[in-house]
Amino acid sequence: MLLKRKEFLQIGSLATASMMLPKFMKAFEAPHLVPPGNKVLVILQLSGGNDGLNTVIPVRNDIYYKVRPKLGIAPDNALRLTDDAALHPALTGMKELYDNGHLGILNNVGYPNPDRSHFRSMDIWHSASDSDKYVYTGWLGRYLDAQCKGCDKPTQALELDDMLSMAMKGEHIKGLAMKDPRRLFNTSNEKFFREVVKNHQDEHGEQTVDYLYKTMAETMSSADYIFKQSRIHPTSTVYPSTDIGNSLKTIASLIFSDINTKVYYLSLGSFDTHVGQDGQQRRLFTEMNAAISAFVKDMQQNNRFQDVMLMTFSEFGRRVAQNASGGTDHGTANNMFFVSGALKQKGLLNELPDLSNLKNGDLQYSVDFKNVYATLLNKWLGADDRQILGRELSYLDFV
Amino acid sequence: MGISNQLKNQHLLWRAGFGPDTVPVDELSSDSNKKLIKAIFKASEKVPAYIDVADPAIKEIYQGMEEMYRQKRQLTEEQRKLVRDRSRDGIRALNLTWLNQMVHSEQQLREKVSLFWHGHFACRTVNIVHQQQLLDAIRRNALGKFPDLLREVSKSGAMLNFLNNNQNRKDHPNENFAREVMELFTLGRGNYTEDDIKEAARAFTGWGSNASGNFVFRKNQHDTAKKKVLGKSGNFNGDDILDILIQHPQTAQYITRKVYRYFVNETENEEQIKWLADRFYKGGYDISALFQDIFTSDWFYDQRNVGSIIKSPVLLIAGIRRAIPMEISNEEVQITLQRLLGQQLFYPPNVAGWPGGKNWIDSSSLMLRLRIPQMIYAEDTLTLKPKDDDDQMMGMKDQGDRKQKMKAFAQKRGGGQVIAATVNWDAYTKLFEKISREKLLPAISSSVLQTSNSVTVSTLDKYIDNSSRENYIRSATIQLMSTPEYQLC
Repeated sequence: MLLKRKEFLQIGSLATASMMLPKFMKAFEAPHLVPPGNKVLVILQLSGGNDGLNTVIPVRNDIYYKVRPKLGIAPDNALRLTDDAALHPALTGMKELYDNGHLGILNNVGYPNPDRSHFRSMDIWHSASDSDKYVYTGWLGRYLDAQCKGCDKPTQALELDDMLSMAMKGEHIKGLAMKDPRRLFNTSNEKFFREVVKNHQDEHGEQTVDYLYKTMAETMSSADYIFKQSRIHPTSTVYPSTDIGNSLKTIASLIFSDINTKVYYLSLGSFDTHVGQDGQQRRLFTEMNAAISAFVKDMQQNNRFQDVMLMTFSEFGRRVAQNASGGTDHGTANNMFFVSGALKQKGLLNELPDLSNLKNGDLQYSVDFKNVYATLLNKWLGADDRQILGRELSYLDFV
Repeated sequence: MGISNQLKNQHLLWRAGFGPDTVPVDELSSDSNKKLIKAIFKASEKVPAYIDVADPAIKEIYQGMEEMYRQKRQLTEEQRKLVRDRSRDGIRALNLTWLNQMVHSEQQLREKVSLFWHGHFACRTVNIVHQQQLLDAIRRNALGKFPDLLREVSKSGAMLNFLNNNQNRKDHPNENFAREVMELFTLGRGNYTEDDIKEAARAFTGWGSNASGNFVFRKNQHDTAKKKVLGKSGNFNGDDILDILIQHPQTAQYITRKVYRYFVNETENEEQIKWLADRFYKGGYDISALFQDIFTSDWFYDQRNVGSIIKSPVLLIAGIRRAIPMEISNEEVQITLQRLLGQQLFYPPNVAGWPGGKNWIDSSSLMLRLRIPQMIYAEDTLTLKPKDDDDQMMGMKDQGDRKQKMKAFAQKRGGGQVIAATVNWDAYTKLFEKISREKLLPAISSSVLQTSNSVTVSTLDKYIDNSSRENYIRSATIQLMSTPEYQLC
């Protein structure tokens, strides 16, 4: 009779849910108060390969206008940052952040031997591997492995999605994906599942089945914890009712609570603009701009902007020249945005791309993204970047 | 410790195939294991039929492309669009057709081993013609000689394109193909040098494929000079390199280890692997013989191996469909499930294939796995949405009637879909007709699960529908399938 749909979806009370957890999960139930000054990293993935040249526009570069006769954005239409650089017209809020010293732009970010396949290049960004190596763990997953060895805190890294990205998968610990705290709570706290977990006796944790039970118990416990935390300080700021708007709103509520989450991950896309780039990129940027603006305002009003670092990245940029279909094809190096109230360096962090020095029509990178990861891991999250990235890398100065 | 004959046979059916189909419980416990092994190999002997789901119009275009190229003509925008759209549809059809084979085919071993090779020779291409040729090469050679399989895959249009060997020319060698052949297909990392790759790449120059996917050797682009690979020198061509790799005993070791991890246990037993690999090598890489060795070994049925493997998403889906026979009216929902669970056929995460094991499991994938049987039973709505796959979208999002396309896409991706399945419960409940009521739960449990169930009878009893014998069997089965134990085989 459980098999009637209604009953499957029935939710028990919060108290019951946590009381039914097995012993090995009890430790996790203790409150984890976040120390003051807790730093949070928010990663926004621009999926599909965002065109960086139409994001940060080299408005005084003749080559740009020559190879993009249709797609190039005229200086008058763009939001001027410096004599040489301007932002895409839809990024008004980002321009404001720039003016206030809350935006850092890193140009020419890439990696050696770039791969132009979406999935392979994304794989490389997620795993932080060299382009000729295959690594099955993500850089944030390995951060979890390093930070959480022996402690049960699967809520340290949250992805606002129905599927967990590879970036969030460690060898031993994985981040948790959920689009909406309430929904995760509802599905994971189904009566039958709760009872199944409660009655699982084996605590040796050596059998594969124990790993499954442990994951199940952690999910239920986390769902409970996240749901509670998200309701402690629901934000009153108005966010756009887009996917990214809703996600940033959820993130804001969690940041205001005492949740132990250090890393939030979300994606926006698709930026794969082979055809009709103009409309597609503008639409996505409009969504992104509105959501980030609301988020920053929210952080500022609640005095948390100093503790937040929002970073954008894409698996690659587009080729320098436009194609025949009003779009651009897969390219290489790209820019990254850093939004925070605690930037040590602001504005353009380095030189614009050198369009006269291309390799087969593609930009050449001058900053390896792994240096960005090392910087954020070490200087922002206070983690051992060498262990996580498996190499010694120099740090950048914006953090 | 010995295990029951029933468990032994079920173990075999899960590992050498996609789990038991509707077989009466008493049959599995009385059948001789040896006889079952024999029957499994016998059933997979036949050469499988070619799966052809590609739109004839696409094939025609590809066949004409060499001619167009000679005439320096290009595809029209309309042809390009046709190829793009129908190719994508074709790959979806190929996915579902092959999945149906896994569920219904008698050639369980062949399809299971093919799924293994599908991950081993991982390849992404948006070209349906190439993709189905590669799948055919794999299914035909799945239980044959490894060298034949390796050669045919290496000469397939799909793989040559995927690994950029069409760009591997005398004056500008592209090393991608040579590297992956050594690292992923034969020796494994650490058993060759960068120089070996450079030299082997020279030997593969000129290997390419035409538009319809057939192998072509472009003599003018081939480097005929001397090369030195893995300690051997000569004016090698690509076939010579494959021969050298095959002659290297490390290839047998590498393949056997991977087979062991996939079919026996993720925790390796060096002695057993060595024994298998030596025989595999000495027997001329006979894949069928390797599996004979595995399935007839006593240690294969050790307690430590039974129920030790986490089912891959495809095995999980196929396994449920075999156990409880059903008609799915919205078949595409299975592709959505594959994506959400992390294993979509023909879309491996990268050229190294799916890592498997614990990598299948995270919070979201586990909770979805646990809910699938209930969703089938209750026609519950699937509200999860997989991530966009930019490799498939290819900029089509903003074309003309975007909204409509997006809507169609969202539906295809399963936004708000139910698994519309009609289960043939009569056939299923019949399996247990000889079992007395009080022995029913243990009987269902031991047939559904490969590992002893830690969910207590009292818990199960609370959720089992006791209104009739049929309902009891149905609900107990769904219940048991919704446990962590069911994720294992």
